[in-house]
Amino acid sequence: MTDSKYFTTTKKGEIFELKAELNSDKKEKKKEAVKKVIASMTVGKDVSALFPDVVNCMQTDNLELKKLVYLYLMNYAKSQPDMAIMAVNTFVKDCEDPNPLIRALAVRTMGCIRVDKITEYLCEPLRKCLKDEDPYVRKTAAVCVAKLHDINAQLVEDQGFLDTLKDLISDSNPMVVANAVAALSEIAESHPSSNLLDLNPQSINKLLTALNECTEWGQIFILDCLANYMPKDDREAQSICERVTPRLSHANSAVVLSAVKVLMKFMEMLSKDLDYYGTLLKKLAPPLVTLLSAEPELQYVALRNINLIVQKRPEILKHEMKVFFVKYNDPIYVKLEKLDIMIRLASQANIAQVLAELKEYATEVDVDFVRKAVRAIGRCAIKVEQSAERCVSTLLDLIQTKVNYVVQEAIVVIKDIFRKYPNKYESVIATLCENLDSLDEPEARAAMIWIVGEYAERIDNADELLESFLEGFHDESTQVQLQLLTAIVKLFLKKPTETQELVQQVLSLATQDSDNPDLRDRGYIYWRLLSTDPVAAKEVVLAEKPLISEETDLIEPTLLDELICYIGTLASVYHKPPSAFVEGSRGVVHKSLPPRTGSSESAESPDTAPSGGPAADQPSVIPTQGDLLGDLLNLDLGPPVSGPPMATSTVQMGAVDLLGDSLMGDESEGLRSDVGGSPAMGGSGGSFTPAPSTTAPTNVGAPLGSGLGDLFDLTGGVGTLSGSYVAPKTVWLPAMKAKGLEISGTFSRQVGSISMDLVLTNKALQVMSDFAIQFNRNSFGLAPAAPLQVHAPLAPNQSVEISLPLNTVGSVMKMEPLNNLQVAVKNNIDVFYFSTLYPLHILFVEDGKMERQMFLATWKDMPNENETQFQIKDCSLNADAVSSKLQGSNIFTIAKRNVEGQDMLYQSLKLTNGIWVLAELRIQPSNPSFTLSLKCRAPEVSQYIYQAYETILKN
Amino acid sequence: MIHSLFLINCSGDIFLEKHWKSVVSQSVCDYFFEAQEKAIDVENVPPVISTPHHYLISIYRDKIFFVSVIQTEVPPLFVIEFLHRVADTFQDYFGECSETAIKDNVVIVYELLEEMLDNGFPLATESNILKELIKPPTILRSVVNSITGSSNVGDTLPTGQLSNIPWRRAGVKYTNNEAYFDVIEEIDAIIDKSGSTVFAEIQGVIDSCIKLSGMPDLSLSFMNPRLLDDVSFHPCIRFKRWESERVLSFIPPDGNFRLISYRVSSQNLVAIPVYVKHMISFKENTSSGRFDVTIGPKQNMGKTVEGVVMTVHMPKAVLNMNLTATQGSYTFDPVTKVLTWDVGKITPQKLPNLKGIVNLQSGAPKPEENPSLNIQFKIQQLAISGEWGILHEIGAGRTSWCRK
Repeated sequence: MTDSKYFTTTKKGEIFELKAELNSDKKEKKKEAVKKVIASMTVGKDVSALFPDVVNCMQTDNLELKKLVYLYLMNYAKSQPDMAIMAVNTFVKDCEDPNPLIRALAVRTMGCIRVDKITEYLCEPLRKCLKDEDPYVRKTAAVCVAKLHDINAQLVEDQGFLDTLKDLISDSNPMVVANAVAALSEIAESHPSSNLLDLNPQSINKLLTALNECTEWGQIFILDCLANYMPKDDREAQSICERVTPRLSHANSAVVLSAVKVLMKFMEMLSKDLDYYGTLLKKLAPPLVTLLSAEPELQYVALRNINLIVQKRPEILKHEMKVFFVKYNDPIYVKLEKLDIMIRLASQANIAQVLAELKEYATEVDVDFVRKAVRAIGRCAIKVEQSAERCVSTLLDLIQTKVNYVVQEAIVVIKDIFRKYPNKYESVIATLCENLDSLDEPEARAAMIWIVGEYAERIDNADELLESFLEGFHDESTQVQLQLLTAIVKLFLKKPTETQELVQQVLSLATQDSDNPDLRDRGYIYWRLLSTDPVAAKEVVLAEKPLISEETDLIEPTLLDELICYIGTLASVYHKPPSAFVEGSRGVVHKSLPPRTGSSESAESPDTAPSGGPAADQPSVIPTQGDLLGDLLNLDLGPPVSGPPMATSTVQMGAVDLLGDSLMGDESEGLRSDVGGSPAMGGSGGSFTPAPSTTAPTNVGAPLGSGLGDLFDLTGGVGTLSGSYVAPKTVWLPAMKAKGLEISGTFSRQVGSISMDLVLTNKALQVMSDFAIQFNRNSFGLAPAAPLQVHAPLAPNQSVEISLPLNTVGSVMKMEPLNNLQVAVKNNIDVFYFSTLYPLHILFVEDGKMERQMFLATWKDMPNENETQFQIKDCSLNADAVSSKLQGSNIFTIAKRNVEGQDMLYQSLKLTNGIWVLAELRIQPSNPSFTLSLKCRAPEVSQYIYQAYETILKN
Repeated sequence: MIHSLFLINCSGDIFLEKHWKSVVSQSVCDYFFEAQEKAIDVENVPPVISTPHHYLISIYRDKIFFVSVIQTEVPPLFVIEFLHRVADTFQDYFGECSETAIKDNVVIVYELLEEMLDNGFPLATESNILKELIKPPTILRSVVNSITGSSNVGDTLPTGQLSNIPWRRAGVKYTNNEAYFDVIEEIDAIIDKSGSTVFAEIQGVIDSCIKLSGMPDLSLSFMNPRLLDDVSFHPCIRFKRWESERVLSFIPPDGNFRLISYRVSSQNLVAIPVYVKHMISFKENTSSGRFDVTIGPKQNMGKTVEGVVMTVHMPKAVLNMNLTATQGSYTFDPVTKVLTWDVGKITPQKLPNLKGIVNLQSGAPKPEENPSLNIQFKIQQLAISGEWGILHEIGAGRTSWCRK
């Protein structure tokens, strides 16, 4: 008597037979038939043809049958929308049933039927169910709102369901609260801007109360919601933490991790001197360790999160190293994660144990794991200086095993050790050279070649070794080719007499026989360097290299802080912010840790320093682009032209080059990522490719559209003293895109001069200096009138405010959109590009008041198709206020008329390039919408003028 | 939230699919199969896989992959926990969580899934509530149903759903009121070649079987609660009382459940109750080696060590093994290179020993790796951590006792 009988088919045709059974008079037979239909559905068979017959069974007192029919409906209603309407009546009737189970079931099922026609009928029953006396029905209805929102968001808003849902947060039943929170969170996800979960201390209190009483799943929703709240002070943060801490002992690991997220986030606000802070730290460790005894899948997610936590607060788990030792039967994905955390926790105190473990792992069977273990030994050497010697000898032991992949991996990490401790362990080179022949992976070959080149003077037969690699030059991967080229040049500079032939050979191979542009360009550079100035070549190629540090594999602090806010989510598993991978997340709000409120904890507590807390010390991170080439890059990057403001357009040449260069960036990106070795290679990317020689546009007017023809009429005149509206600063260049440099800013116009007000913030670990800025050609010729003055180097976490004067005599190119401005900013690290939109009213000049007669004539003169109409909504100012407000931004009212109770304002304005814009603004006292008609010889600007009107009037 | 669920067996057939929102095509599983192929071993399939439009979060239980499809940012632990809960429920309902059991009860499975999740939000996951909504299949019931035409779907609202104790149903009655507590402790230890402990910890759980009428309120106190500093509680336990008095006070669910799980770290650890003497060596150039292992009990407080099983993953170069065991039987699988020795009970007078010759592939180099010995054993009536509970019951004054 099992259900497998439902899968058996007869020859006659299954559908036909089922149809007959569904229409049978016998209840029992009907039910069996529906079960058969459901069984076919579960395995993905198409039984939609039976729709009318199944729906006919819906009207029944038998709950099981009803549920089965509902199951069927949910699956197939979409494909048969017209038929689905037949079911509506029964649904509506069921929503009134005295049995709450049936009421809930009906409203639940209706929400799952994704057919527009049905959703219309859903609204009334849903409204009733949201206010139902039975909490079971209410909680089901809360989820139903989320379903409906998914199908038709507008309908939900129009019907006011969102407000009802918000009210449910204060419901007396904790289960209803939890579901309301869950539903609101889901809706909010697709509406990042809406302020659906408006949290305040009262609602937080309600949530915390519900937290204690609702189901485990509800607790997860509530905790995730709490994590988005920003407590107003440290006391509030502490009291929330106190009430959340008990969740750490929950059996459900998702509850535990969500609680950890709330605590990690709010801890940021607590002062480190507080006793409570210490207690909390202690309480966090055991639950995290317990997560590691759960099922492997849970362990994996937990480990990915622990990886973040360990980087943020190493003190939590510093004594728990042993729990991260791998077990022989851990799945590989758990093993690899554990290894990562072991290195992060390695310190002088536990390094002996760690090394002993790692050595064991290096003899395991799984290749990936072994490789990572060998690599881990190298990272330990770099991280814990005292252990370097022991690590090197361990690596040598491993090389003796002659296991191919172990040897290769060991060579790669020994190269890194050489770079961290130069001139210390060179005695091992001999051993390495013995294994030269067994290397077949590009990374290991490149590493070995680097070592040979770097220590060429100590290796007697360095030339022979490199020559042997040169034989198969064209079969090598790019990485090896580049490395070989550099190594031979190094060798030549060290032993010029014997290796002249070799260097000739490699240079011609690289420049003539290779079609890889990176290799070719690097070949040319060396060639030219060597032929023009060998001394300079020596300085460039054999320059002192910065030391590497283990911090290079830490997550950037800004990203880390953001990820801490996403503990327990997919973002934490991928170690990427959700905006980087969640589909349709254009509007994802960036979360950030709350700022510290106390004042005394600017310095990290001393005990974290030795374990290498990311914020504790200033490590010598290698700049991603080598210093050397960074300097070379400066070629055309000098501070922008600071010539007289009335200079001709040709002076902006530099900016054009700069931006032109960015177009070449694509091919250099690929290279940058696979360059591992010496910093001399570091920035070899596109920077040497000659910048495209853009000739200065002398004939500016020609390529432009009709109305813009008379650009470059200089403005000159100074009108009334006025300061136009200045928008608040917005972030133009996020730190994540610019290696830690964050730029926010706005534009302003005061007393006839335009300026760009910038705030530069350094969010990286290193000091920034040598700032410069340039603009690309733009529609109105905006250009910096003076170089960017940043007087002192910008230390990490510092910011500086700068007001950059602008003029409008730069070269002109029509942009899309018209007010788009592309900016390049340079500092000692790199060149960054961003673009921003400037409000057009900064271009309204002070002498834009037209004579009355002139206005009338011009208005009539302009063809009607040049007139555009716009609506300015929700503006409650009266005509006089409007006119004075606009005057502040150089929009002048020429005449005012009252027609049938409406105020008509006639206005004029002039742009910096001499374009006149005439406007008629109609204001009705009762109507908050104004009508704006714009007439202009260059109608393309109208839309932007309208935007300017809106910004000025609404602020 | 959770969009869809696919159940996939080891041979890669999707044998059940359930969608809670719109229907997601089966083809999404191709990404999963791809990952599965890459992982080679079924256990190594990564639990979170991203595809261009969805994320697949999977667990592997009882030779079935539970693959869930999600589309938005959802806590993965939440999904994994839920999937395990689904598997637990199947186990609870059908006695086993296997492909045949699921196929045999496909309609109940479907009803269960529908009841457990609504629009991706968990609805009812407590087995007590589910059993009130959908009665588990029994032979008797199916006979009765087929005669009377009644169904196995409950038609009233489960009482527990909305109370503050959602895990217990009202109106429970037993003639024999009894409560059992099983304390199960596992030591997890890594011991190095020389016999010193690298890492050890105890994972303990208290599994309960409570068959008490009405609304019993129990409290359980410990001799040495200090040891339990890291615990995970069933939601029924009142946390406040544990914090202040170190007493477990709770209204239990009806039937079987896990009351607490705890971890005792190595600081509080007593000695490992068994030891191993081993001699495994491979000779250079002779393609053979020696293998000699003896297992013996350490101080074990007079309890017998039983159910001893040793498994060894031998190096790849091992062809076969020719051993003699003084006790129990051994097998060697030449494909996976796993040696299994089923020892049974250890009597201290005559220690079990396994020794003999290892044959290696001719010409293969001497294996570098040291095989790790994995030894499992059981000791009844002994709690390594030294825990002992005393049970009180408030309310009804019934008999109850502890079992270990």
